[in-house]
Amino acid sequence: MDPSSNSPGSPGPLLDIRGVSKTMGGKLILDEVSLNLNKGELKVLIGPSGGGKSTLLQCAHFLVVPDAGDVFLDGESAREMGKKDIRLFREKIGMIFQDFNLFDHLNARDNVAVALRRVKGMRKAPAYKRAEEELERVGLGGKEDLYPAQLSGGQKQRVSIARALAMDPKVMLLDEPTSALDPELIGEVLNVIQDLFQSGMTMLMVTHQVGFARHLTKEILFMEDGRITERGSPEELLDENSPSRAGLFCRKLSEVTGR
Amino acid sequence: MDLQQFLESAFYILKGTGWTAGLILGAMSLGFAIGLPLASLRVYGPRPLGRLLGVYVWFFRGVPILVLLFLVYFGVYPILERLLHSLFHLRHAFSPFSASLAALGLASGAYQSQIFKGAILSVSPGQFKAARALGFSSFTAVTRIVLPQALRLSIPAWSNEYSILLKDSAVAYTLGTLEIMARTKFMASQTYRHVTFYLLAGALYFVLTWLGVSLLKRVRRATMIPGLGNQAL
Repeated sequence: MDPSSNSPGSPGPLLDIRGVSKTMGGKLILDEVSLNLNKGELKVLIGPSGGGKSTLLQCAHFLVVPDAGDVFLDGESAREMGKKDIRLFREKIGMIFQDFNLFDHLNARDNVAVALRRVKGMRKAPAYKRAEEELERVGLGGKEDLYPAQLSGGQKQRVSIARALAMDPKVMLLDEPTSALDPELIGEVLNVIQDLFQSGMTMLMVTHQVGFARHLTKEILFMEDGRITERGSPEELLDENSPSRAGLFCRKLSEVTGR
Repeated sequence: MDLQQFLESAFYILKGTGWTAGLILGAMSLGFAIGLPLASLRVYGPRPLGRLLGVYVWFFRGVPILVLLFLVYFGVYPILERLLHSLFHLRHAFSPFSASLAALGLASGAYQSQIFKGAILSVSPGQFKAARALGFSSFTAVTRIVLPQALRLSIPAWSNEYSILLKDSAVAYTLGTLEIMARTKFMASQTYRHVTFYLLAGALYFVLTWLGVSLLKRVRRATMIPGLGNQAL
């Protein structure tokens, strides 16, 4: 399907992060982290803050270039790509940020359409049509003309999901998509993410919404001090009696949040 | 001095407004053309280049506008004249007016770059990151996402720069450009009515300042992003 792919329909993982290390400000943030995602899979990354989760997502996207290691999308090495290819690589990986990062000067429609027009080179009318479809898909039909400052947090995050989806990504990376939201707004965003997963989207999600995540994912990764220290099914890691660090962490989390 | 005489003198001074307006419009535009790319490169460009451009800002902000004007007119222009003469047999290619415009524009470029730099830095960096994540090149992310917001944020400081530049433009009289100040000085020394004519000149500058500042206020209102409220001017 994708002419730029070396091995179309290859059985290997869709996204393959191999031995990625990153030092920032003299501190080792990522220490040879590896993980992969098969098509249609959702993996959940949990762990204490400062553990390297966000940096890992940004390295997976090559927004931050890792010092060592590589990322493969459909078998293609990001490190070997030139400037232009790396932009195509980024197009194919949707990124959702904790604080939305919507473009403040554009209304919801233009927030979604701007990349279609300026990156994909689409004309205005089809770009707007696509933007409206994506906004409809995340339940924001009728809100196209509102600006970010006129939207609630949950709506903003849904616009940002629509913005990413419009680029037809193969993988989505979600960096604590609900952490900046008021509690009553979390549900609407999680619903969209759940729909997305059920429609077959491949996703890597950093979250503290463990209760939500455990029903969707087959594998939870626990990250601490720049390494993935534990990985396993939600049952293995999060069971009441599990001795795992991940289990302990999540029990502490639910004590605090009551969730 | 009778009324007839006064009106004729006043009209003579008023005609200087055209030169003054041309000078500040030219210098503001030149300053914009220098300041905006300079600011963008200092924030988003490679670091060594940013430092080099910092030297430009440091120099043009550090030298008084009058010194700058004389350096351009007596220092740089003769060299350029000689160059143009030997290359194209051109003579007197540069007017004193253009020297004033260049000096004011170059200095304003330094000041404007500081205005734009501050505005660029106050656009949340996450938006640039999000644009890059969507596949934007750095250049497109800056021109399509960062600058449209930064320029809106710049308007209040930019209108301040306009009012300062307007008054700085009075230095052009030293090279004989017949703008407001030169004409006023001439009339004042002709009639010995110094206070009368300098008050008139002051009033002219006041009106020009007010016109420009109110125009920019309108631009700011017209370009306000819905929902972001009334940021005070």
